[in-house]
Amino acid sequence: MDSTASLNTLALHDAIPGAVVEVTPAGLVVAPEKLLELATYLRDQQGYDYLSMLTSVDYPDYFEVVYYLYGVSQPRDALVLKVRLPDKANPQLPSVVSVWPGADFQEREVYDMMGIRFVGHPNLRRILLWEGFQGHPLRKDFKEPYYEEDAKPFKSRHPDGHHVWAEDRVPWKDNVSYPIGWDPDLWTQPEVQYRRIMGVDDDGNGRGLRTERVLVNFGPQHPSTHGVFRMVLAVEGENVVGLEPEIGYLHRCHEKIGERNTYLMNIPFTDRLDYISSMSNNLGYVLAVEKLMGLQVPERAEYIRVIMAELTRIVSHLIAVGFLFNDLGAYFTPSLYGLRERELILDLFEMASGSRMMCNYMRFGGVAYDLPEGWVERARDLVWNRLPRVMEDFEKLLAGNEIFLARTRGVGVLTAQEAIAYSMAGPMLRASGVPYDIRRAQPYSIYDRFDFDVCTRPEGDVWARFRVRMDEIYQSIRILKQALDGLPEGPILPPGKKQHQVRVPAGEVYSRIEGPKGELGFYIVSDGKPNPYRYHVRAPTFINLTSLEKMCIGHKVADSVVILGAVDIVLGEVDR
Amino acid sequence: MFGIGVLKGLGVTLKEFVTTYIDDIRRIPSRYAGGRPEIDQSRPAEQRGLFTIQYPEERRKLPERFRYIPMLVYDAETGENRCTACGICAKVCPPQCIWIVRAKDEKGKPLTKPAEFYIDTTICMNCGLCAEFCPFDAIKMNHDFEIAAYQRMPDLLFDLSKLRVPTTYYARIRPTEWAEEEAARKAREAEKTAREAEKGVARPATGTNTGGTP
Repeated sequence: MDSTASLNTLALHDAIPGAVVEVTPAGLVVAPEKLLELATYLRDQQGYDYLSMLTSVDYPDYFEVVYYLYGVSQPRDALVLKVRLPDKANPQLPSVVSVWPGADFQEREVYDMMGIRFVGHPNLRRILLWEGFQGHPLRKDFKEPYYEEDAKPFKSRHPDGHHVWAEDRVPWKDNVSYPIGWDPDLWTQPEVQYRRIMGVDDDGNGRGLRTERVLVNFGPQHPSTHGVFRMVLAVEGENVVGLEPEIGYLHRCHEKIGERNTYLMNIPFTDRLDYISSMSNNLGYVLAVEKLMGLQVPERAEYIRVIMAELTRIVSHLIAVGFLFNDLGAYFTPSLYGLRERELILDLFEMASGSRMMCNYMRFGGVAYDLPEGWVERARDLVWNRLPRVMEDFEKLLAGNEIFLARTRGVGVLTAQEAIAYSMAGPMLRASGVPYDIRRAQPYSIYDRFDFDVCTRPEGDVWARFRVRMDEIYQSIRILKQALDGLPEGPILPPGKKQHQVRVPAGEVYSRIEGPKGELGFYIVSDGKPNPYRYHVRAPTFINLTSLEKMCIGHKVADSVVILGAVDIVLGEVDR
Repeated sequence: MFGIGVLKGLGVTLKEFVTTYIDDIRRIPSRYAGGRPEIDQSRPAEQRGLFTIQYPEERRKLPERFRYIPMLVYDAETGENRCTACGICAKVCPPQCIWIVRAKDEKGKPLTKPAEFYIDTTICMNCGLCAEFCPFDAIKMNHDFEIAAYQRMPDLLFDLSKLRVPTTYYARIRPTEWAEEEAARKAREAEKTAREAEKGVARPATGTNTGGTP
């Protein structure tokens, strides 16, 4: 567990008496009524300015809301706060949005998934599920339609596995229970009013409007939203005055599936999070489980992992840059150039893992297969010869384009303080001039051996985000050269027979990596059983969307498309 | 000068445009008229121009590890399934799409072979864990990705008749893996015969039995 020792808990007792109820190895248990006071103190006096992750766990006796804090301006190790809510019928605690605005979407997600109310949250409503959904799926007593058993493997499959279509297990018969007195035929979906962004009170009265505010729905079916993403814009003329992202169209309750799955089964499911960078997702997940298990990874496997993760970063950034231009109206030329180079990297993934996008390549303690014959030569060819040449072409094609510069400079500016407060991660954070890269700040795997720069730009606008991504491709090439040169021979998995039933000791862990899109974290609570008790993904693009309104306000509708494009969202990860 | 950046960019697209045609000329007679049935992109750094493939006239050469739907390998000579219905594949399957009925003899005693074996390809996620953890090398990932059907139910529910493939097919699509497994199997058998010879048990070495050694 990340230590809490760096902070003198006694000083904490003196500063805010009664705030810390209990000091456990996994974190400080905080009294809910003192939470806000403590949070403000930690942010202002102790330098914990970055709320990395906020989630909740449903324990038999209480709900636990977990906060992972880091320091970004001055580096600070993780500080874990926990608030226990024994009143399971009506769980509520104060919202920390006023302290860390980055908590906004995360608190809404907790409310949506576990039904915990955050008092003082400006816009507490469902975020991933639709208004009117009954129940809170991540509570342990929630049963989804087609529910079979609490944990896989299901007993019906073997040795007497007579096949049954899922559809034949009638969902309306024994899988769904309606609340008493509720009639599905009489139900209508509650309408969302968007009063906050429309600037009206509950009766629909505006506050001194000069022009009429119009509500514009953007998406979910729109080529510039990179998937099924909808944003509701309040506009005055062409100017955006309010914005609310509506997400969840691709929601499949990844975390509930993860709790039903065994640890091994989750690896291919993580591929489907950010489906552009499946290797990184695999890596983040296996690192978290390895941290719990205390596994040692062989040298060769570490190198292969780094190579794969960096190739993934190049793929992701090429797509991000290409599609940013797509959003700008350059139509498909730059994105197809990017996709073409991506094909060659996907060829490498396919050779090694068998699949181009859903790689499922990492295993606990190593990787699934060794690199096939000819792989390294091909990768070297690509890294030394092709990619630098492609980047040269990309620079010529894109970087100097005057239309691009005019559309992106000064658009969607986020200052360093704002970026940290909104829990931005990855290129979004670095483009605001914050030199924070987990590969450097808290090296995982073997990143401490490689020589690379943390790319930052001070501007904090869309152009800076483009530039940071381009620069990171060069740095990835640099890391790849070192890793391919240093790739040792040897085993790729720890000694012993390959196990499909891994033993994960009871405990909890939060492990984060610098994914291509930002801080990708996995929070796992194990109770020693073959499947995780709680499995939470800190999705970087989901949290990066928190600041979308902040960035868009004051710009034109057309700019909001560009700003969204520069966030580089992947809906598989946003909606999970 | 304003506009230089745009012109530079257009220069790149012009270069791409020209190299595409040069590439096409190099591929005479034609890349479109079924000239190249299988395309192997093994020299990425030198390839210029387009490398789209005119599927289905042209096909990409699939790497050996390519995986799609699982298949069940049977011995080409004896017709015996390698599968022993141990159920490990059904246990590791993430979407739980494998259904196995173990065969029983007349007295109801379970046998080590499957009576029925289903893979619900509508929910199979092509992860390959079943093939990875099969202790008998019986379930492997197929290369055949053209399984489109008119009806989802029941056409996409693969039973034994659709899943079974001979060892020869397996050896053809995954030669390296096959060779490795065969070598391992031979080594195991040699070790076994050596051990038996040591014990003094005079028994002829059985070289033809490929019915699946754990």
